Amino acid sequence: MDISIVSLIATLIVAATPILLAATGELIVEKAGVLNLGVEGMMIVGAISGFIAAVNTSSPFMGFVMAAVAGAILSYLFAILTQVLLANQVASGLALTLFGLGLAALMGNSYSGVKPPSTPKMEWFGLADIPVVGPILFNHDLMVYFSIFLVFAVWVFLKFTRGGLILRAVGENHDAAHALGYKVVRIRVLAILFGGACAGLGGAYLSLIRVPQWTEGMTAGAGWIALAIVVFASWKPWRLVLGAYLFGGVTILQLNLQASGVDIPVSYLSMAPYLVTILVLVIMSADRTRASLNAPASLGKIFHASS
Amino acid sequence: MKLLKTLMAGAALVVGLGGMAQAQEKTKIGFVYVGPVGDFGWSYEHDQGRQAVEAEFGDKVETMYVESVPEGADSERVMTQMALDGADLIFTTSFGYMDPTINVAKKFPNVKFEHATGYKQAENVSTYSARFYEGRTVIGHIAGNMTKTNTIGYIASFPIPEVIRGINAAYIAAKKVNPDVKMKIVWVYTWFDPGKEADAATALIEQGADVIMQHTDSPAAMTIAEEKGIYAFGQASDMKQFGPNARLSSIIDNWSPYYIARTQAVMDGTWTSTATWDGIAPGMVGIGDFSDNIPADVQASATALKDALASGATHSFTGPLNKQDGSVWLAEGETADDGTLAGMNFYVEGIEGDVPQ
Amino acid sequence: MIRLELRTDPSRAMVALTPLLAVLATMIVGGLLFATMGKNPFEAIRMIFWDPLFGEFAFYYRGQILIKAAPLIMIALGLSFGFRAGIWNIGAEGQFIMGAVIGGATGLALYPLDSFIVFPLMIVMGAFGGFVWGMIPAFLKIKFNANEILVSLMLVYVAINFLSGMVTGVLRNPEGFNFPESRSFQNFPAANNAELWAGTGIHWGVLMTLGLVIAAYLMLTRHIFGFNIRLAGQAPRAAKFAGVSPNKMIAICLGLSGALAGMAGLFEVTGPAGKLSTTFPVGYGFTAIIVAFLGRLHPVGILLAGLLLAVTYVGGDIIQSKLSLPKASIQVFQGMLLFFLLAVDVLVNFRIRFAKRGRA
Repeated sequence: MDISIVSLIATLIVAATPILLAATGELIVEKAGVLNLGVEGMMIVGAISGFIAAVNTSSPFMGFVMAAVAGAILSYLFAILTQVLLANQVASGLALTLFGLGLAALMGNSYSGVKPPSTPKMEWFGLADIPVVGPILFNHDLMVYFSIFLVFAVWVFLKFTRGGLILRAVGENHDAAHALGYKVVRIRVLAILFGGACAGLGGAYLSLIRVPQWTEGMTAGAGWIALAIVVFASWKPWRLVLGAYLFGGVTILQLNLQASGVDIPVSYLSMAPYLVTILVLVIMSADRTRASLNAPASLGKIFHASS
Repeated sequence: MKLLKTLMAGAALVVGLGGMAQAQEKTKIGFVYVGPVGDFGWSYEHDQGRQAVEAEFGDKVETMYVESVPEGADSERVMTQMALDGADLIFTTSFGYMDPTINVAKKFPNVKFEHATGYKQAENVSTYSARFYEGRTVIGHIAGNMTKTNTIGYIASFPIPEVIRGINAAYIAAKKVNPDVKMKIVWVYTWFDPGKEADAATALIEQGADVIMQHTDSPAAMTIAEEKGIYAFGQASDMKQFGPNARLSSIIDNWSPYYIARTQAVMDGTWTSTATWDGIAPGMVGIGDFSDNIPADVQASATALKDALASGATHSFTGPLNKQDGSVWLAEGETADDGTLAGMNFYVEGIEGDVPQ
Repeated sequence: MIRLELRTDPSRAMVALTPLLAVLATMIVGGLLFATMGKNPFEAIRMIFWDPLFGEFAFYYRGQILIKAAPLIMIALGLSFGFRAGIWNIGAEGQFIMGAVIGGATGLALYPLDSFIVFPLMIVMGAFGGFVWGMIPAFLKIKFNANEILVSLMLVYVAINFLSGMVTGVLRNPEGFNFPESRSFQNFPAANNAELWAGTGIHWGVLMTLGLVIAAYLMLTRHIFGFNIRLAGQAPRAAKFAGVSPNKMIAICLGLSGALAGMAGLFEVTGPAGKLSTTFPVGYGFTAIIVAFLGRLHPVGILLAGLLLAVTYVGGDIIQSKLSLPKASIQVFQGMLLFFLLAVDVLVNFRIRFAKRGRA
């Protein structure tokens, strides 16, 4: 087998970044006690919004900004539904996904086949030329490094800041937090907006860098994978990186196995990432003590001040 | 029950007759696409054909189209809708529309149907396809000359005869000019999925390919090739804007001459059910301009090859050729017949790996 | 300032009214959407809702509506029981596919046997295939506490790939020139789920669906299981005290919805789709979720909601070919329907009060 490990790792980092971005946002949302299943919808709306913005302004940076904004706006609909109108979170998240998929397809109708402006790779003063470590660590575009930075920022926020503490409190016991005077609804809405923005960025990464092109349905389940990774990570930020890279790795590996002539039927190789996700989910959930210590206790429950 | 059946048949007949009467005024032509017209590939080229028909006949025709129609019951509904709407001629542009086309054709005997890449005909159903493999021969010839790593990467969609023909034709031509050449194949099991195609292209490049060919519909592979400084060929449409440096040449589907001819036949009343399989000569398969990256002598030999295929002097599958398992397929000078080509499910000698089963 | 005030009892009038409000709101916003795309909104809305039922070619469309609605309703009926009890089966699409594959494979294995037993056997195997696929998340939830939403969803992608592998390999039509699809059931009379009366669109699946609607209604309102489901959804702790075993509930709900989805898949593959191929999955499993909610998780409501969504599908095809609107517009429409339904749902349990500023 003729697989270049270095190249493989570099590619899997790129493959994992959109999922990592979306999962990081969803982590915050779930830590606040809300289960937003609409990640797929927000990602794809981010993908097309970022694409349209980048094509029309010839700036990939504007693309990412607009993607985050669009993701946030879409998630705001979810926020209103679940926090103000007290709708069921599972159904609302699904509605968001279906609506988002359709909306993105509609918006992107005339953008099929269009070429977006390319995002430059970061120049680290020639560090990329170091053998082995160079291409893996230093030859990526800005968003890859930003995704790692985002995980770091979220980790710091949750662990060391007062805001993070309040967020976690709201997620663990929203009634107690409310009794203490914290504005549960507002905090949750902000968390949801953040989650939407991150998902939008993840989607834009797909359409602007990874493929890079726009197609209807291009997220192909990435949003659902992001949700699974949050569980896999036991709601701990650094574990997200592990989960995302694992999933990205399996995806890339199966393609490379094929290209190098290994004789496993394609369909079964393609199943691998999803089966691995299930396996990991089971393992993480089976350890009831550990899992239950980390899942926010109020996850998915509806909060209403008067009830 | 029987009354309902009779009423339905009667209604269909009336509409069909009405459609025929309309033919004297405007000829209505419907197009059913399997993908989006913006795919810059398969469906895009069919739509170019439709626009050519409009340009040629102007006010005498009215065209309508529906894109991204899934194969199956939905396509049957779309075709029925078009027929009910008064279409005289309907082009169904994907293999998967075969049974639906036959079913709808039965209900509307006065409407003519043209089914692309299929093999079932009826009195009012024709089939048509292009000898894409002739185009593959030309680009295989170029690829064999241009590859430095002696590895050609092939992004294949489904292991159907059409795709396998393309792989074989490209390999045969490449090997003729470069006996050391190898082919690495990735099956993506989709006609159009830019994400998968991009990943496949990346994987092939990581495996050492420096020329990429594809039998899928999006420009994703070309875009990746451009990014990584690899060569690639456009598929179905030229794709130059996606790979100004990467693109060496392309295979271009040109349906316009056929579509115009068939529309004319319907208007003249001379339409009959035929099975067409045209190649470079009648213009159905076009070869894109050669990039300046190709040395002059290779350009000359490629052009000569293309002309030879057009004139019939050369055939893409000429012996001596063996099958992958070593058994003799074609003797010296023997050419493959259409029947074998239509059902091709084996690789020729030299290609590694198995056809997915 | 708008305030939400909890009602003493859920409003019964609102329960019936809210779906209609949601549809109305969707029509208005949808119309606006079409207007921004440069089309006449009234014409577009008319083409979506009116033409399929009463328009020029409605004699053809009405049958198509039934064909489209049957699988949606069948799947949604199964889902509704689980949803009531808080058991979220999001993988109905995967169960639909597996039912078609297992049931279809059974039929193909018996080809060309011409016996009346073939079709019923396929139905049973189709239900079984979906049942097994639904029991996987059930088992994993009961044994390992794994979230059934994510597991069932991942299994959808596994099922899609499994189908792909089957039709390119074992189930491929040997006389089909290597194309990735199975033998056509249309050419296999013992297994063909043809229209019973030409042009009406009524096939065995449609009849089965009608029967299931009645059965579901009876089960929900008269049978102890229906009572337990409703109890588990509204008062989980009370249910536990009453002896309802949560594990049993999970198993039955997921198994049932899986079986129904699988059966729907079998009827679809032997009827409208005609054969197993890589393009067989079209998203019915996900649309059925909208149908379930729109129908308020009640069998009669689901029947109506399924018909409504089928109308939007057929109407969507009409606006595509007549107004050149993209296919995605209907998806947006359907997503909006669910959104608005969830939004107006709040009126069932809460009253809107306009409070004056500066209360003491």
